[in-house]
Amino acid sequence: MTTGKQSFTTATRLIAEREIKTFLRSKGFWIGLAVIVLGLFAMSVLPTVLGGDQTKVAAVGSKAVEVMAGSGLEVRQVDDVEAARALVRDEEVEAAVVPDDGGTSATGVRVIALNDPPVDVLASLRTTPPVDLLDASEVGQGVRQLVIMVFALVFLMFGMGGTAIAQSTVTEKQTRIVEILVSTVPVRALLAGKIAGHTLLTLGQVAVIAIVAPLALSLGGHSQLLALIAPALGWFVPFLLLGFVLLASMWAVAGSLVSRQEDLGSSMGLVVMLVIGPYFGVMFFADNATVMTVLSFVPFSSAIAMPVRLFAGQAQAWEALVAMGLLAATVVVIVLLASKVYSGSLMHTGGKLALAKAWAGRDNTQA
Amino acid sequence: MLTVTSIGRSFGDHQVLDGVSFEVRAGRMTGFLGANGSGKTTTMRIVLGVLAAHSGTVTWDGAPVTGAVRQRFGYMPEERGLYPKMGVAEQIAWLGRLHGLDKATAQRNTARLLEELELDHRAEDRLEELSLGNQQRAQIAAALVHDPVLLILDEPFSGLDPIAVETVLGVLRERASAGVPVLFSSHQLSVVERLCDDVVIISGGKIAASGARDELRTRYGTPRFELVVASDAGWVRDVPGVRVVDVDGPRAVFELLEPDADQVVLGTALGRGPVRGFSPVVPTLDEIFMEAI
Repeated sequence: MTTGKQSFTTATRLIAEREIKTFLRSKGFWIGLAVIVLGLFAMSVLPTVLGGDQTKVAAVGSKAVEVMAGSGLEVRQVDDVEAARALVRDEEVEAAVVPDDGGTSATGVRVIALNDPPVDVLASLRTTPPVDLLDASEVGQGVRQLVIMVFALVFLMFGMGGTAIAQSTVTEKQTRIVEILVSTVPVRALLAGKIAGHTLLTLGQVAVIAIVAPLALSLGGHSQLLALIAPALGWFVPFLLLGFVLLASMWAVAGSLVSRQEDLGSSMGLVVMLVIGPYFGVMFFADNATVMTVLSFVPFSSAIAMPVRLFAGQAQAWEALVAMGLLAATVVVIVLLASKVYSGSLMHTGGKLALAKAWAGRDNTQA
Repeated sequence: MLTVTSIGRSFGDHQVLDGVSFEVRAGRMTGFLGANGSGKTTTMRIVLGVLAAHSGTVTWDGAPVTGAVRQRFGYMPEERGLYPKMGVAEQIAWLGRLHGLDKATAQRNTARLLEELELDHRAEDRLEELSLGNQQRAQIAAALVHDPVLLILDEPFSGLDPIAVETVLGVLRERASAGVPVLFSSHQLSVVERLCDDVVIISGGKIAASGARDELRTRYGTPRFELVVASDAGWVRDVPGVRVVDVDGPRAVFELLEPDADQVVLGTALGRGPVRGFSPVVPTLDEIFMEAI
C-alpha cells in the first residue's frame, strides 16, 4: 500500500489510543498494578515493622563488651578475633567489635563487617570506630539477591503482560472486525499501534513503580539501599522497555496465528518460554559469573541479566551499551519478521496456522 | 467509478476468480448476485485490499486503488464484527477517525447516523448488549460514518427484519442519490430486484452477466405475454407462432416463436369473446439469473 506517512502515523496513534483506553478500563489492569504497588510496600516496610531478629554483634575482649553494653543489640562474647571473623563470614553476626591494637581508635575498638559498614551497629556507638570490611564488594549478598528477585519479577510480570496483545489480536480476528481494520489501515500500522499502545502502558506502570519504589524504600528505612539501586534502575528501565517491545511483537504474532481465544494457548508456548526462560536463568545462575555474563548479552535475557550485573558492579558501562545495541538490533529484526508473519496470518481463519504457512501467506493482504 | 478488470485469484489449486470484470457506477445501486461459493465475497475482499488478487487490476476513477483511496471506502463484511466490549457510539466514531475524519466530525457523523438508523437511544451501550438486529444497524453505521466515496456491502440485509430492511434501504438510497456508487451482494433476488439499478451476476468465479437491470431483462428474457379471457384459454395452444408456458383456466402465459404472433393471439381472443387482460410479462431477476448462469 502506498498510504502516506502521515496517515500511517495517525492510524498507529489511533490503534494505540484504543488499546490504552480499553486497558485502562479493564479491572485486571488496575488489580495487577495495585498488587505490584502493595507488594513493593510490603517487601520494604513489613520487615521493619515486624522487627525481625535483633541485630547480632560479636564482641572480643572486655573493652568491646563494655562499649556495646546498653547499645540494645544482641551481643555475643567470643574468645578471639579469629572466631569473631569466622562468625562474620558465616553471617552469624552482622559485625564484630574487637580491640584496636593500632591505637587509631578513640574508643579503643575496631568494627569488622562483611560487605557494608553495619549501620545500626555504628549508630549505637557514641564515637564511630574504624571499620574493616572482610569482603569489600560494592553490594551485599542479601541486597543483591533481593534486587535480582525484584528485577526478574518485574520482567516476568511485564513480559507476561504482553498476553494482552495476543488477546486483543485474537479478539479482532474472532469478531472479524479485523476485516474492516485491514481494509482501512495498513497491517503494519495495526501491529505498530498495538506494540506502541502496550509499550506506553508498560512505561506508565514502570513510572508508577519508579515513583512508588523510592517512597516504599524510605518508608521502610532503606534509604541507603535506594542510593545503591538508583543507577541500576537507570539501566533497567531502558532494558526493560526494549525487552518489552521485543516480546510484544512476538505476542502479537502468537495472537494472529489462531482464530479463537480458546486456541491461544497452543500458539503462546514459545513466547511464554522466552519470558520464563530468562527469569529462571537469572534466578538460578545469579552466582555463576560466566553464565550471567552470557545471559547479559543474549537478547531477551539481557533485559534482566545486564542490569543485575551492573548493579553488582560486575559489568562495565561499555558492556551494557553493547548488550543494549544487540537487544535493539534484535528488536528491529524481530519486529520486521513479525510484521510479515502478522500480515500473512491475520486474515486466516480456522485452526492454528503454522508459522511457515503464515510466512508464505503474506501476499494475502496488500499491507 | 470503480472498475474491476479481469481479476483472478486462486486458493491453492482452486481457482476462485477467473477474469472477473465489471463496473460500479456513480450514483447507482449495483446488485452483486451469485450462488454460495461463486466468488462474491472474494471479489469484494480484493476490492477492499483485504485479499490480494493474483492477476488483474482494480481502479478508482481510472487510477489504481491505493491505501489512501481505500481509506475512504465504506465496507460491511459478510461476517459481521465490531468490538463487543466497546460502546456503540464510541467505536463508530473511532472507526470514523481511523478512516481519516477528525474527532469532531466523527462524533457529529456518528450522532446523525445513529439517529437515522434509529439507534440513538443505544449509543452509550456496549455493542454486546444490543440485539443482533441492532448490532447489524451499528455495523451499517460503521460502514457509513466517514461519508465513504464508495460503499461495498456484503449481504447487508441478511439478519434484518422487514422494518429494519426499509430503514437501511432508505439510508443506502440516500447515499446512492448523492452520487456514491453502491455495490451490494445478496442471495435474496427479490430484494435485489427491487433495489438495484445495475446487476452483476457471477457464477463459478466468472462474470455471467452484467449491466443495467432493465437492459438485462430484455437481453435475457424471451418476450412473454399473459392473456386473460372470460372462458377457458386452452385454445391458445393451437395458435401458430407461440409456445404456451402455462394455462390455468381463463389465464394463459405464452412465449413468442415468431415476431408479432402476440397480435394474432389477441385478434383470435377478441374474435372468441371478451378479453379481460393482455400484457407483456417482464422476466424476474430469478429467471435472468437462472438463464445467465
